[in-house]
Amino acid sequence: MANDAMTTTAPGFAEGTGWQGIVGDWSADKQAFGVPWGKAMMWIFLLSDTFIFSCFLTSYMKVRVSTTIPWPNPSEVFALTIGGQHLPLILIAIMTFVLISSSGTMAMAVNMGYRRDKKKTVALMLATAAFGAMFVGMQAFEWTKLIGEGVRPWGNPMGAPQFGACFFMITGFHGLHVSGGVIFLVVVANRVRTGFYDRKGNYDMVEITGLYWHFVDLVWVFIFAFFYLW
Amino acid sequence: MAQADTHGEGQQHPIAMYLWIWLLLFVLSTFSYLVDFFQFEGYLRWFLILLFMFLKAGFIIAIFMHMAWERLALRTAILVPPLALLVLIGLMWIEGDYTEVTRFLFFGLPSSG
Repeated sequence: MANDAMTTTAPGFAEGTGWQGIVGDWSADKQAFGVPWGKAMMWIFLLSDTFIFSCFLTSYMKVRVSTTIPWPNPSEVFALTIGGQHLPLILIAIMTFVLISSSGTMAMAVNMGYRRDKKKTVALMLATAAFGAMFVGMQAFEWTKLIGEGVRPWGNPMGAPQFGACFFMITGFHGLHVSGGVIFLVVVANRVRTGFYDRKGNYDMVEITGLYWHFVDLVWVFIFAFFYLW
Repeated sequence: MAQADTHGEGQQHPIAMYLWIWLLLFVLSTFSYLVDFFQFEGYLRWFLILLFMFLKAGFIIAIFMHMAWERLALRTAILVPPLALLVLIGLMWIEGDYTEVTRFLFFGLPSSG
């Protein structure tokens, strides 16, 4: 009998859409979010992570607007000379493209996961992990270069001493997320390959891994804009 | 929770959509890079940086993370709380002036030190 009323919305959801849907979903005395619990939890984790990265970026902004010594020009600090040509910020641009590419392959991996195409899911997830590892490798190169030039968390030869602290903290925390994501991807890809999710009955974990990975890319968009382009 | 049809689960979108967004993100990133390459300055620089940043972030969240197809209950639960950060950013931006003045008072002007 209740089934007749539920035909307009998916099972488990309250009636209505829009604001009526919000009120219904929250007040129905049942599951508020019509998604697998793992996915809802990943979203909430990402929300908390948003606040962590925002705190880093906000404190960086605070330091940068209040320092009395000029901030080192990122365009020059991160410039590279390739084939005799002086290119500003080129490594960061390449890192951006690598991370966006990894997001592209990840989005397709999630899609293939829902189509239960195991081979393509595994291949695309491993490609994502490879792009991620490439990104971390380039970051290691960048860190080595800057440390070689005398950049330390407490000072540097180019300008405001806080530059090093902000740089190592923000890119380091992001790099840690990327490294963790690469391990996460390899573990989940291996489980897809061995049929773990077939036995479990759903491929939700592939999408959850994807959410995490896209978030890592998302954070980089903000770091790229605020740390490197400012 | 049982899946009635193993092929009907989750969200099904054509692969072409992801490829187009991927291409779009590439183009937007290139534009971001060119802002620095051509050394745009002042308000124009900030307008362009923020424009490309929000466009990229929006496409990643909406399409890659499938937020565009989620129910409004989940969308608001995730997207509204970060707005509180605007208050923090605003306060710290205002506070920055005060800190800078304090630094000048304490350390002296760079030219005199």
